[in-house]
Amino acid sequence: MTENVTKKFLYVNRKAPYGTIYALESLEVVLIGAAFEQDVSMAFIDDGVYQLKKDQSTDGIGMKNFSPTYNALGDYDVHKIYVDKESLDERGLTADDLMNLVYEDEDDDYAEKSSISIVTREELAQLMEQQDVVLSF
Amino acid sequence: MKFGILVNEGPYQHQASDSAYQFTKAALEKGHEIYRVFFYHDGVNNATRLTVPPQDDRHIVNRWSELGKQHNLDLVVCIAAAQRRGLLDENEAKRQGKDANNIAEGFRISGLGQLIEAGIQSDRLVVFGD
Repeated sequence: MTENVTKKFLYVNRKAPYGTIYALESLEVVLIGAAFEQDVSMAFIDDGVYQLKKDQSTDGIGMKNFSPTYNALGDYDVHKIYVDKESLDERGLTADDLMNLVYEDEDDDYAEKSSISIVTREELAQLMEQQDVVLSF
Repeated sequence: MKFGILVNEGPYQHQASDSAYQFTKAALEKGHEIYRVFFYHDGVNNATRLTVPPQDDRHIVNRWSELGKQHNLDLVVCIAAAQRRGLLDENEAKRQGKDANNIAEGFRISGLGQLIEAGIQSDRLVVFGD
């Protein structure tokens, strides 16, 4: 980096985890990007909400189950994870179907807190409005 | 304005690559600056010099190379995405023990940090994808 700039980055995840490689390669960007110490948020919309589904198994398709990697996000200081409520509703999912992603809040004596917020589309639109960089996968 | 460009789809398969090229060209013609063009996902296939389209079609790879040469563009291909898809430069081919390389003139292979940096340094990062 040539300048010390902090920007608001939002990664928008729209695709199911295994039909295409977008989800896996998006996660790679987020993990690499964490080293740049930017203000990072992630949004999961449309079929992207399936990326956070708990109890994933890829035994039958010969692909690596990379879902445990999402648990590492908290350690990378990526803990603003927004999930679109309407997308969950449309797919018959609730917050209970998602992985329990947490982080340790260093401003609150390292208390363990949930990284996931369920938000409406209107709230997501406002969130996008506030960003400097929106990367859509 | 200073633009960063992200190309997420391969040539011919998807219009994203054409749109990214047209946008980049138009921005340069209007006097804007292109900080970097970053190729990710199947977008890395925009950088293989083994591409041979029919003669009456556009040559997407050469088009990028020529625009890059003309405007001294930084055309960067993601190394992780490239390796998965069989795109190598001379150094990587040697390192991986492969008998050939296929990167086109004017492109370079580097890490994802180059994409994040483009987001930080550009006024706008424009994503072309599906």
